[in-house]
Amino acid sequence: MLKAVRKSILQSGSDLKTLALLIVILLIAFGVILPGKFLTTRNFQSMAFQLPELGLLAIAMAVVMLTGGINLSIIATANACGIVIATILTHTVSRDASIAASIGPLLLAVLAGFAVSALIGLINGLFIAYVGVSPILATLGTMTIVEGISVLVTRGRVISGFPELLLTIGNSSVLGIPVSFLIFIIAAWLVTILLERTPFGLAVYMMGSNETATEFSGINVRRVTVLLYGLSGLLCGISSLIMVSRFNSARVGYGASYLLITVLACVLGGLNPDGGFGRIVGLVLGLGVLQMMSSGLNLLGFSAHLTEALWGVIILVILFLRRARGKGLGFGLQPPRRGKEAMQ
Amino acid sequence: MRESMRQLIKNPIFKRKETFLALIIIALGTYLSLATTDFLTVANLLDVLVNYSFLGIMSAGMLIVLISGGIDISFTAIATVGQYAMALYIINYGGNLFLAFLIAGVIGVVLGCINGFLIDYLKVPAIIVTIATLNLHYGVLITITKGRWIYGFPEWFRNIPSLFGSGGSGSYALSLPVILLVAVYLFTAFFLNRTTLGRQIYAMGGNQEAAQRLGVNIRKLKIFVYGFMGLVSGIASVIQAQLVQTVAPNAIVGRELDVVAAVVLGGASLAGGTGTVVGTALGVSLIAMMGNGLTLLGISSYWHQVFLGAVIVISVGVTSYSRRRGTQVRRIQVDGE
Repeated sequence: MLKAVRKSILQSGSDLKTLALLIVILLIAFGVILPGKFLTTRNFQSMAFQLPELGLLAIAMAVVMLTGGINLSIIATANACGIVIATILTHTVSRDASIAASIGPLLLAVLAGFAVSALIGLINGLFIAYVGVSPILATLGTMTIVEGISVLVTRGRVISGFPELLLTIGNSSVLGIPVSFLIFIIAAWLVTILLERTPFGLAVYMMGSNETATEFSGINVRRVTVLLYGLSGLLCGISSLIMVSRFNSARVGYGASYLLITVLACVLGGLNPDGGFGRIVGLVLGLGVLQMMSSGLNLLGFSAHLTEALWGVIILVILFLRRARGKGLGFGLQPPRRGKEAMQ
Repeated sequence: MRESMRQLIKNPIFKRKETFLALIIIALGTYLSLATTDFLTVANLLDVLVNYSFLGIMSAGMLIVLISGGIDISFTAIATVGQYAMALYIINYGGNLFLAFLIAGVIGVVLGCINGFLIDYLKVPAIIVTIATLNLHYGVLITITKGRWIYGFPEWFRNIPSLFGSGGSGSYALSLPVILLVAVYLFTAFFLNRTTLGRQIYAMGGNQEAAQRLGVNIRKLKIFVYGFMGLVSGIASVIQAQLVQTVAPNAIVGRELDVVAAVVLGGASLAGGTGTVVGTALGVSLIAMMGNGLTLLGISSYWHQVFLGAVIVISVGVTSYSRRRGTQVRRIQVDGE
């Protein structure tokens, strides 16, 4: 029975195929237009360096989107975490400390940062589950407060000067694969297992389809919501670790443009914004499409803003195609949408 | 004022939230006038009005969008596109104030209507479509203009405030932003309460399915709602350009959520079907007074956003909590019967 439910929830094969096809088309197209430039190890390495920050934030957005929610505080959470990590590090170790001397403080800083980001997520979840605030408003509120506190604490200044060890997280490779990319893949894999192989994940998908029915089937909906937003916050924290390491600094406002892009990435990856359908693997493919477009256009000499515009276009095209296929958003089982619930 | 009073009395559901807001504003106003000497002066209040007219005008459009059950994220990009086109035209070809508003307004309406059509046609939540169009409009604008700022507006565009009121720099003439703000609010209130289209928007936001079965043309309504949002964005963008005398492509984009927050603070629900102009005006006033008050009290500007966030969280928290308790009580009563 559970297997059948799981199967029906996870059936989005046609979407994965479309995305895979899109990736192949992009590979061929850019390979032809940019001979010897696009299909190179160097280009793929640089793409793998760029993807993880946005990727982890997009997963943070995706997990709550599966329940029909949204998390507007992801960037604020990530920056708050970055500021905690940066503050602790700059106060405990000097910039040129040895690896042995900096490993302890680094662990402490990272744990504290992750704790703060998970805590912000849990607060979001409590607001949504127990106070009954709609996700968009709850996270808008925490976004404003967290950003405000971050500005207050740092006075808007950049914090920098970290030991070498932190910088290796975002800037080194193992066997040619960037460490940050490995972190991203491992996180995506763990979240996939959590969502597709555990009762918790099943509850998440069920809540996205019908929260009331899920509650009446004996699932503690509130607990799942709180934990899920906590997970979302934690993922922001992991993203922030990579961001701090890559930028070699922390500040309020880093990555602000990622906020709305993560929503687009989720929709491109086949997640239903009303909840209940979509897979992390689709999101990863969608992120691949976005990253390849961005790198390819960059190599062609186009500005980053044109890429942004084209991202908007490609989302609209995909939505048009899904509409033309007559499946609404293009998911196997489309729950009836009611006006009242559509945006909550 | 009589219009709004009648509305308050007629709608007991809205009564509480707006009365509550008004009381907070009166309390805050009383405190600020006692604690500072500058707050309760005509000059200060008019300054605040002018500074927040941009947010206020946009909030009227956002109110209608939220009532209709949607949301618009792209209006900042629409405003920027309209503003840029308007500035380029009047600097290069001259023109007059009416033409400036016309250019920005028409661009706003066209781009807004496209949003409305896409949202209805694609059957996708409005937030997704408008995030996509935000990226599209803004990306294309920056690519074409390379993000250049525009300066050097013609003389007539610089000295607009003196066209209204009794003139002279010392007098407190009602300036153009304030007049437009009041006009937009009055029109929106009239439109929402006294026209069929306005009532249909409430109906659609309350229950789209039911409204459709009553014969409401949903597509037409959505195109109108987002077109109106585009129109007010265009108007507000001209006001903003006039106030700062520069056009910076990144000046407006990024403030989407501020406007949403102001309207939600004023009692509109993201679920659609509820919200009033009075509430929105009060929400904007509260934000404006808070910003002004903190500055006058000499509190570091680093605190502003913390206060704003706290107000949003408390406001939406209290509203949702009381609504939830309300529905629970009703459920128990139904069960008891």
